[in-house]
Amino acid sequence: MPSDPLVAQHVLEFPGGYTRTTGPVIGRFLSELRARRIVGARTAEGRVLVPPLEYDPATGEPVTGEYVEVGPAGTITTWAWVDEPLPGHPLDHPFAWALIKLDGADTALLHAVAADDPKALSAGSRVWPVWRDRPTGHITDLSHFVPEVTKIVSNVRAEYRLQAGGALRVFLEGVARGILLGSRCARCEKVYVPLRLACPECGSDLPDTLELPDTGTITTFAINNLPDPRAPEVPFVSAYILLDGADIPMIALIGDVPAHEVRQGMRVRAVWVPENERTASMANIRWFAPTGEPDVELT
Amino acid sequence: MRDVAIVAFAQTRHTDHDTGASEPELIQPVINEVKERTGLDRFGFTCSGSCDYLAGAPFSFVSALDALAAWPPISESHVEMDGAWALYEAWVRLQHGDIDSALVYGFGKSSLGDLRTIMTLQLDPYYLAPLGLDQLSYAALQAAAVGAERPELDEIVRRSRADGRGNPYALDLPDPEGEDFALRPLRKTDVPPITDGAAAIVLATGDLAARLCPNPAYIRGIAHRIEPHYLGLRDLARSPSAADAARAAGVGKGPVEVAELHAQFPHEEIILRRALELDGDTVINPSGGPLAANPVMATGLIRVGEAARRIHDGTARRTVAHAASGPCLQQNLVTVLEA
Repeated sequence: MPSDPLVAQHVLEFPGGYTRTTGPVIGRFLSELRARRIVGARTAEGRVLVPPLEYDPATGEPVTGEYVEVGPAGTITTWAWVDEPLPGHPLDHPFAWALIKLDGADTALLHAVAADDPKALSAGSRVWPVWRDRPTGHITDLSHFVPEVTKIVSNVRAEYRLQAGGALRVFLEGVARGILLGSRCARCEKVYVPLRLACPECGSDLPDTLELPDTGTITTFAINNLPDPRAPEVPFVSAYILLDGADIPMIALIGDVPAHEVRQGMRVRAVWVPENERTASMANIRWFAPTGEPDVELT
Repeated sequence: MRDVAIVAFAQTRHTDHDTGASEPELIQPVINEVKERTGLDRFGFTCSGSCDYLAGAPFSFVSALDALAAWPPISESHVEMDGAWALYEAWVRLQHGDIDSALVYGFGKSSLGDLRTIMTLQLDPYYLAPLGLDQLSYAALQAAAVGAERPELDEIVRRSRADGRGNPYALDLPDPEGEDFALRPLRKTDVPPITDGAAAIVLATGDLAARLCPNPAYIRGIAHRIEPHYLGLRDLARSPSAADAARAAGVGKGPVEVAELHAQFPHEEIILRRALELDGDTVINPSGGPLAANPVMATGLIRVGEAARRIHDGTARRTVAHAASGPCLQQNLVTVLEA
């Protein structure tokens, strides 16, 4: 539909803006802001007005010439959450308007507060100013406020040299050849995988080493929604897999199947990396994938 | 004090969109209506309320005089405020004793621009306007300070819209639905409708009032009070200036049958009911109030007209009208009308 030729846009604008004098009180406040200080004016009754006015609105008396540095932190008394900021707002992402009683002030300053979401704020929240890089003597020299620091992130990193000796060395040497090795306890009649030197139940030595197939059954599993460097994508499934012939399940990733289709009793087979990429590491098995065989009834 | 009465009231059928009518074209029908009703075509004094920022043109109220028949020259004044304050000025002028009638009107087309950000232009230029604080932002801060329960707020909106559907001059708005926020904690349904409209009132004194109207609505009290502009200097949950104005106007000297309150948001009605000490016996905003039609700069004057109309039609003997101006009910004007 053609637009109505008798409808037009009309813009009211004062190019360059109005020049306004500040007077001595507001001028002092803005000059202090430019120096990255927030001050209030003390009234004859001893209250501190922030931002300052020339006259005490409670009495009509001129404020005294005393300026008091306040803040820089303060406490939110009232706030409202802006989900969709307007172009003229101080922040271009969701933020809060707040009345902030700066430490040492008797009145509240109205400004913007940046927070990740409204749940992070409440009346009583402590906030601190964020200054603009180049203050000019304007209320927006205070870019906005942010919540007080209540938590930090601690990085922990320590390096070790681990050596696979004993049973683990034998097991991983098997894995390097594409074979899963286990141990059998004659007394308990149980097969353990990975290979171990002593039975965890009876303590007997386990001299018998046996090769186990790389097929098995999922006994239980978990769907993981946090990324892990070993997993191809999120969500991924980690499962207990009871290898055929073993009595103790081992933990491994499940792949080549959507997470929501994984189930207890599902038959799976190890997916090995190509032979020329193999090392003496469990990384040789990318994950276990469904074989397509009928599910197994778990006892 | 001279007895001053409201003897005629007219308003436009308000619209939620720009009909294309110019301001004089918007005003002329209501001016003509009150002239016909009173039989007067000249008035001792004329006063209007409007805001040039709504039209985006300086002195737009001057061209609006074309609707009045202003030649030979009339005695005329204007307030850059809601028409309710024009009525106050006219009431003061009538106290001088040398004239016996006054024409008052208010008008506004809030459909032409973005009312939400135009309202930023009324804020102090040092501390508030540079932040881009807009109408919904400061209203939401006040709503948060009041902290009213959601069902109470929803019921105010529901009642206002239902009453508005019964008022041929207000907008037809459906029962409020949906929980979308305009600006938390304000819901979209808490926001008054963008409205274009105008209203006119004729004031007359003494014998003239009785001749012009069978049931004049006498102004028995009228007062306005103001609070600091800066929001951080106030307790936004209360309105001491509305309470002071109500005391000065004598609201509590008798039962109030009907109160028309200039509450643009439901939390403002809660603040004002407390400030004016209105109990459950008072019918609030039977016209639907600003939540059903909010022609900015006429909304407050319409409250006075609606409160007078209840006395003109004999359904009430004592009513109260309230008008507000400035951010978060900064300034409040209270009028007590009696049969």
